[in-house]
Amino acid sequence: MKPRVFAAFVAPSLLMMLIFIAAPLVSVFGQSFYVTQPVYETVEVESCTPGFPTANCVTETKSQPVRDEDGRIETRTLFVGLESYRNLLQFDRVGEYLSSGNWASILNVDFWAALRFTVMFTLITLPIVIVLGLAIALAVNNAVRSIRGPVIFMSLLPFIITPVIGALSIRWLFIGDGILTAALEEVLNRDIAMFAQGWTIELMMYFYRVWHVAPFAFVIFYAGLQTVNQDTLESAIVDGANRWQRLRFVVIPHLGPLITFVALIHLMDAYRVFEEIVGFSSQSHVISLQWLTYDFLQPDDAGNRAISRASASAMLTMVGIVILLIAPVRRAWREHKGER
Amino acid sequence: MTKRTIFAAVGAATLLAGPAMAECSFENDTPVSMLSAGFEAWKAVSDAMAECGSFEAELDQEFRTKQPAAFAADPSLYALGGVANGTITPLINEGTIRPLDDLVAEYGQSLNDNQLIRIDGQVMAIGMMVNTQHLMYRADIFEDLDLEVPETWDEVLEAAATIQEAGVVEYPLGATMQTGWNLAQDYVNMFYGFGGEFVDSENIPTLNTEAGINALEMMRAMTEYMDPEYLVSDSTYVQQQFQQGRIAMANLWASRAGAMDNEAESEVVGLVETAAAPKATADGPPATTIWWDGVVVAANIDDETAEAAFRVAMEGLDSEMVQANNSAAIWLIEGYEPTRLAEGAIATLQSQPAARAYPSTTAMGLMHTALGNGIAAFLTGDKAAEETLADIEADYLTAAREAGLVDG
Repeated sequence: MKPRVFAAFVAPSLLMMLIFIAAPLVSVFGQSFYVTQPVYETVEVESCTPGFPTANCVTETKSQPVRDEDGRIETRTLFVGLESYRNLLQFDRVGEYLSSGNWASILNVDFWAALRFTVMFTLITLPIVIVLGLAIALAVNNAVRSIRGPVIFMSLLPFIITPVIGALSIRWLFIGDGILTAALEEVLNRDIAMFAQGWTIELMMYFYRVWHVAPFAFVIFYAGLQTVNQDTLESAIVDGANRWQRLRFVVIPHLGPLITFVALIHLMDAYRVFEEIVGFSSQSHVISLQWLTYDFLQPDDAGNRAISRASASAMLTMVGIVILLIAPVRRAWREHKGER
Repeated sequence: MTKRTIFAAVGAATLLAGPAMAECSFENDTPVSMLSAGFEAWKAVSDAMAECGSFEAELDQEFRTKQPAAFAADPSLYALGGVANGTITPLINEGTIRPLDDLVAEYGQSLNDNQLIRIDGQVMAIGMMVNTQHLMYRADIFEDLDLEVPETWDEVLEAAATIQEAGVVEYPLGATMQTGWNLAQDYVNMFYGFGGEFVDSENIPTLNTEAGINALEMMRAMTEYMDPEYLVSDSTYVQQQFQQGRIAMANLWASRAGAMDNEAESEVVGLVETAAAPKATADGPPATTIWWDGVVVAANIDDETAEAAFRVAMEGLDSEMVQANNSAAIWLIEGYEPTRLAEGAIATLQSQPAARAYPSTTAMGLMHTALGNGIAAFLTGDKAAEETLADIEADYLTAAREAGLVDG
């Protein structure tokens, strides 16, 4: 392809990436070092609210933002350097816990609790998704041709469901005396409350994510299986390789790049885990980095948002993804060069 | 559908619309729009306002996110807004709603003094209803076990123990303790019940006190009698627990009381009664906060639109509307006849010393968030009471510094 043609094809997508990804990223990076806040004054205010039978009037001192001549709230923007990152990471507290040997208490700091879950969630679901996806692909590939269509369709269903809706449906199956909890209680003959402690909620989250993403791995692997060199397979059979050996030495090496690809996508997706937290309303037990950013951005009743900490948290999330991706990206790069 | 049925349907609609239009005392031709929450009372009010014509209402539970920005626009995207004591704060702070004294003097003859929400001496909102969390209980169970209606939280716990022992229901108590806003609200109720103050005049937190610890301990004592999944139970969940006969008591929103007698959903029609919110200490106020809902008028609109909007609002808040929707809320409006299920709310409002109105301050918004994120750690046993409160104070301070409320 001529460079000009190549540029013409790539330019639109490059432009989109600049506008919608690079620019916001730079802006968020900048905001994480600044704090914009209203200027407050303290005033005595008498306010009357309904009571029965007559109104209730109280005088309180409260802080109220100062307004300029145009009636807008006067704000000031301060450069705070790494303050927002410090507020998030709370190294002083972490240091205290470490020096007192109270390691588990580090999870009292929101950021570290979120990081713990996010990393664990990503690393635990990754191998399960790959193994399960591969297993389904092999099963479908070996199934009788006539039932392949329906089986593929069925296996893809979880992937089609909107993530939040999927999480909510699992929540309703288990919450309170939901159908599945009731069934489990019947079988195990004991009282079960799936939403009463962190680890059961976490289990459901792992289960949900694997259920939801495995079809994606399956589709990719299934496509890869169609291009396995049949001659190599047949010669392996002639050489007396059993099923497992054929899988181990012919099929998996062939699927190698695809496995790296699925791992790459899954790492990126799973590290941004968010739907599960909202769907299972697990905030009291388990939170994720993405949810933390969202929580900072949610305005409270009084309209406050913690933009600076949200920016810092978003930047740290990105740094985390980059670190996680180093290994698979290098691998993909090597495979790419090897093919040349 | 045949042509005739279409014709009939159109005819019926016109018939319905005809007399309804006549109910409004004036013909409005200035376009007026309103943004409010989406519960039943707002639906009743906005339907009544629509009778005047040229009126458009947007009922949206996400109103609290939209409202500040929509009212800050010039001209404002809505002439009227529905707010409550928490959500009026950003509008007051930004000065995007107008004082209503003149309009009240001219068109507000039907309003009573109780409806005028005054801030710094000026009428800033017209109240239409109050809401509060109060005790709801299964009268039949209480009668069977010969129990008195509890007036303090200690008595609630005793009653819960008796009910559990008798084996009437597995978990006698329900509470809106879903992590986040709900849990924080329950704590606010209990903390005020023990006479606490969240922040001092400099916005420095004063949470880690005896009242703070007592409130936490009381909430943990409650959880002994509650379904272990209480950290995911919001108002709707508690309401359903009641309706399905799985709990015997809860300190629940007055606005949810009507659902107990809804025959389509409830298995306990006529069996649930309401009483004043329990007190935390024998001589203290009820451990609850008073909430009001009301109408505000935007500042960034011309005076004529404001006048028309106010007149439309008065039509929506008149006695006719209340009589047609008597059981939809605890109305502040003339003509309201308290129902059987409103007794608890009224008893709560009348009790002395009085329960506080939920404070409309910026600091409270930050505190509410910090509480909502921090209290669960104590209930799950991860942290001790003092540590929990110290962490919440630290969280609040971080947020308050970022918001500019506290220096340094």
